[in-house]
Amino acid sequence: MLSTKVTDCNAHGQDSSYFLGWEEYEKNPYDSIDNPNGIVQMGLAENQLSFDTLQSWLDNNPDATAFKKNGQSVFKELALFQDYHGLPSFKNALANFMSEIRGNNVTFDPSNLVLTAGATSANETLMFCVANPGDTFLVPTPYYPGFDRDLKWRTGAEIIPIHCSSSNSFRITKSALEDAYQQAQKQDYKVKGILVTNPSNPLGTSLSVDELQLLVNFISTKNIHLISDEVYSATVFSSPNFVSVSEVLKNKNLVNSEVSKRVHVICSLSKDLGLPGFRIGAIYSENKDVISAATKMSSFGLISSQTQYLLSEMLSDRKFTKTYLSENRRRLKHRQETLVKGLQKARIRCLKGNAGLFCWVDMRHLLSSKTFLGEMELWKKIVYDVRLNISPGSSCHCSEPGWFRVCFANMSEKTLMFAMQRVKSFVDAMSKKRNQPRHEQIRISHARRTKSLPKWVFSISCNPLEVGEIR
Amino acid sequence: MEVGLNNTQKFLSKIATNDGHGENLPYFDGWKAYDTNPYHPQTNPSGVIQMGLAENQLCFDLIQEWIMNHPEASICTPQGGFDFKETALFQDYHGLPQFRAAIANFMSRVRGSRVKFDSDRIVMSGGATGAHETVAFCLANPGEAFLVPTPYYPGFDRDLKWRTGVQLIPVVCESSNNFKVTLEALEEAYDKAKESNIKVKGLLITNPSNPLGTFFDKDTLKTLVSFINEKNIHLVCDEIYAGTVTDDNEFVSIAEILQEFPTICDHNLVHIVYSLSKDMGFPGFRVGIIYSYNDTVVNIARKMSSFGLVSTQTQHLVASMLSQNDFVDNFIHESRTRLAHRHDLFTRELAQVGIGSLESNAGLFFWMDLRRFLKEPTFEAEMTFWRIIINEIKLNVSPGSSFHCNEPGWFRVCFANMDDTTVMVAIERIKSFVHETRMLEIKTKAMAKTKKQCWQNNLQLKLSSRRLEDIMSPHSPLNSPMLRAQN
Repeated sequence: MLSTKVTDCNAHGQDSSYFLGWEEYEKNPYDSIDNPNGIVQMGLAENQLSFDTLQSWLDNNPDATAFKKNGQSVFKELALFQDYHGLPSFKNALANFMSEIRGNNVTFDPSNLVLTAGATSANETLMFCVANPGDTFLVPTPYYPGFDRDLKWRTGAEIIPIHCSSSNSFRITKSALEDAYQQAQKQDYKVKGILVTNPSNPLGTSLSVDELQLLVNFISTKNIHLISDEVYSATVFSSPNFVSVSEVLKNKNLVNSEVSKRVHVICSLSKDLGLPGFRIGAIYSENKDVISAATKMSSFGLISSQTQYLLSEMLSDRKFTKTYLSENRRRLKHRQETLVKGLQKARIRCLKGNAGLFCWVDMRHLLSSKTFLGEMELWKKIVYDVRLNISPGSSCHCSEPGWFRVCFANMSEKTLMFAMQRVKSFVDAMSKKRNQPRHEQIRISHARRTKSLPKWVFSISCNPLEVGEIR
Repeated sequence: MEVGLNNTQKFLSKIATNDGHGENLPYFDGWKAYDTNPYHPQTNPSGVIQMGLAENQLCFDLIQEWIMNHPEASICTPQGGFDFKETALFQDYHGLPQFRAAIANFMSRVRGSRVKFDSDRIVMSGGATGAHETVAFCLANPGEAFLVPTPYYPGFDRDLKWRTGVQLIPVVCESSNNFKVTLEALEEAYDKAKESNIKVKGLLITNPSNPLGTFFDKDTLKTLVSFINEKNIHLVCDEIYAGTVTDDNEFVSIAEILQEFPTICDHNLVHIVYSLSKDMGFPGFRVGIIYSYNDTVVNIARKMSSFGLVSTQTQHLVASMLSQNDFVDNFIHESRTRLAHRHDLFTRELAQVGIGSLESNAGLFFWMDLRRFLKEPTFEAEMTFWRIIINEIKLNVSPGSSFHCNEPGWFRVCFANMDDTTVMVAIERIKSFVHETRMLEIKTKAMAKTKKQCWQNNLQLKLSSRRLEDIMSPHSPLNSPMLRAQN
C-alpha cells in the first residue's frame, strides 16, 4: 500500500546507533542542577560557543528580525517573495561570507549559488542532479552517517566507501581511491563522482593541499564529479589554514575549465554560524546546467524569506562577520584543547585535529576485543556507565573498531570538564579491574550481564555494517 | 533524452536534463510580456496587469498591525523573553510543539471549528510543493500513478512526477456539468490505467479547486471516499484554499467526512496537504503541512521533512500569531469578506458585458468562459486568443490548456493579488475589449480580409532566448529583486 521507500527497513538510516544514542540521551538528559547523574550529550555537532556575539548583533539591529528596512516595513514583500533564485541581497552577502571564511583567497559569484533548506537538502538535490538511480558516489570513511539518507534514500544512488586508515591519520590516498573505484566497477556500479567533507566530519581535520590536488586529478582523469561538503569551513581554528577545493582549482588555473564544471561545493550556516534551526544551505557550482536544474529543484525546500532577510542583513555587516569569525575560531580552539587535555588525563589520545566541533578519539586500547562487537560493548558502557552520549566509529562507517567522535562545542565548559572527570574515573576503574584477581572479574561481569540490553544495540539489521563484523 | 545533450549535460542525471520541471512549455509569453512591461498606475499605466498570480494580498494590513503590536513574535527583541539561541538550535523535525499546536488550531478554525486536528499528525514540509512531493514519495513507487481530476494546478506535473517517477492520469471533467467529478469519469480513468498496466496508487483532489474556484459538495466527497476505499487506493486532499471559501457554511473538509462518517473508509488511506501560502498570503515563508491519518506515513514523511523543514524563526512567528484566537477568527472572517467582495465585483462587472464564469465561491481566481471569443473551438485558437489578451488587452491570465482542461476557451483569472484601483483598470480593459470586439464583428463582414491581416501581425512575438519560466512554476523568477511568481 505504501512505497518501498517507506517499507524498506532503515533506508532513512535512523535506526543506526548514531541516532539511537540521541534517543537514550532524550530519556535521561544531564542537567547540572536537576539531573546531575544524567547523560551528557557529546554526540551533537552543534556550535553553541558564540551565541552571545549573534545576540548582541540582533540587539543592535532590531529591524532585521522585525521585518523592517530603514525603519519601513518590508513584511508584505518578504511574505510574498518565493522566487527560487533567492533574495539577491542574501546571495550577495553569502557569497562574500564564503569568500571571507576562505581568507578571500577565492571569490564566489552569487549567480552560481542555489539556496536550499539546509545542507541536508543541498546534498540530496545535488545528487538528484548528477546521479541516476543505481549510480554511485565514492565517499572516504569515516563519514557523516546522515549521508546514507541524504545521498541515497530517495535518489536511489549508491555509496561505495574509500577506506581510510589510522596508519596515515585517515588521509585519502591514491591507492584507496583506485581501490574504491575498482570495487565499484567490479560490482557493475557506475561511478558518477566523489563526495568529500572538508573539514571532515567526524575526523575534525581539513584536507591537505596534496589530498585536494589528488582528488581534482582523479576526477579529471575519470571524468566524474567532485562534491566538497564544506559546511565546517569556518570552524578551522588552527593550522593548517583551511583550503577549499575552489582555491585549488584557481591555483591550478582550472577556473571555467571542463573539470571545474564538475566540482561543486556545499555550504550551510548550521555549523559555521550555529543556526541549524534556520535551515540555511546552498550549492555552489560553476556548472550552469547544474545550477539551472538545482534551482528548479530547490522549490521543494526553499529558505524562508524571513530568514533570508535576517541573514542578508547580518552577513552584509562586514565588521560583524570579521569579529565573529575570529572570535568563534578562538573559542573553538580553546574548547578543543580542553577536551584533548581532559582525555589525555585519562590516557586517551585523539587524532590531531584543526577543525570541526568534535575530536576523533582513539579508544582502541579500551576494547575488550578488537572487533565492532567490542566497540559496541564499549559504547554501551560509555552511554550507560559513564553516561556520555558519544558516536561510535562504526556509525560513521569507520573500517577500524575503537574510534569515537566526541563533540565539544554543544555544552558549557563546566559540563565538558565534568564529562572529562567521568571519563577519567571510568578509565581508572577499568585499569583497576584489569589488575583485579580473575575470580573477582568473573563475579562482577556475571552481575553486569543480567542487566537487560535494549534490543536496538544489536538490531542494526539493514545497516551495511553488521555488528561483530571485522573490516 | 541523451540525443541533443551537450557535453556538459551528459554528466548530469536524467532528471536534471528532462522536462519534468515543466518550465519549457509554451506559456512563457505571458510572463515575458508582464516582465518587460509591468503595469504601474503612475509610471506605466498602459503596462500588462498581472492576473496569472494566485496570491492573497487583501489582508496584509491586518497582519502588519499584528506584527507591530507583537514584537515578541519576531525573535530576540527586548520585549520578548524568547530565547533566540533555543530557536536557532532547534532542528528537531517534529517541529516546535507550539508551532504544531498553532497550525492544528488554525486549520480547525478555518473549517469553522467543525473539526479538530491532532497536532501530533502535523508534519512540516517545504511549502505545499514539498508536501506533495513527499506524499508521492511515501505512497507510490516509480511508474505508479495518481488520478487527478482536470483541470488541475499545473505545478502538480512537477511536484508529483519529476523526481519521484510517479505518473498522473487525468480524470476528465466537463463544462456540461460544471466540471464536477463523476464516478463514471473516475472509473474510466482507473480502467484506462489498468488497461495500460499502470498501477493506480491514489486519487489527488484539490478542494477548493484550483483553477475552478469551486469546492466539492458533501455527496461528491462521499462518493470519492467510497471509490478510493473500494479500490483500496489513497486519497490526497489538497486543501490549500480552505480559508478562501466565501461561504463557510457549505465547505466540507475531508476531515469532516471522516468525522461524520467514521466507517466510510479505511482512515489510513486519507492524507491532507495544506499550507499558509494562500489562506494567510505567506508563500515566502514556506510553511507546508502534511496531515495524514496513517501513522506510518506520518512517521516516514516526518523523516523526509528533513529535506524541507520550516525555519524555526518562521515557526516561532507562526506559532505566536496563529495561537491568538481573536486575531485568527477576525482574520479569517475579514479575509473571506474581502475575497467575496472582490470576486463579486469582477463577476458582476463582467456579466454586464456578457462574460460569464463558472459559478464559484472559493479560491483567489475565477474560471472565465471565453469560448465564444475563439475563432474555432481548438487549443490553437485558445493560444491565439490568449496572446491577444496579453498583447492587446494587456492582461496576463492563464489559459485552460495549461491546466489540462479538455475544452478550449476557459481561462483562469486571479483577482486577489492587486489593489482596488488596478482591479477597476483591469475591468475597464476587458469591457473595452468586448465593446471593440462587437464593433469589430459588425465591420468585419465588410472588411474581413484586412482585419485578419492586422490581427496576424499583432500575434508575432519575439521568443525569449532567456530562461523559459512558464506560468505553472510558483517559484519562477521575475526581474525585480522582490517580485514573486505565480500560484
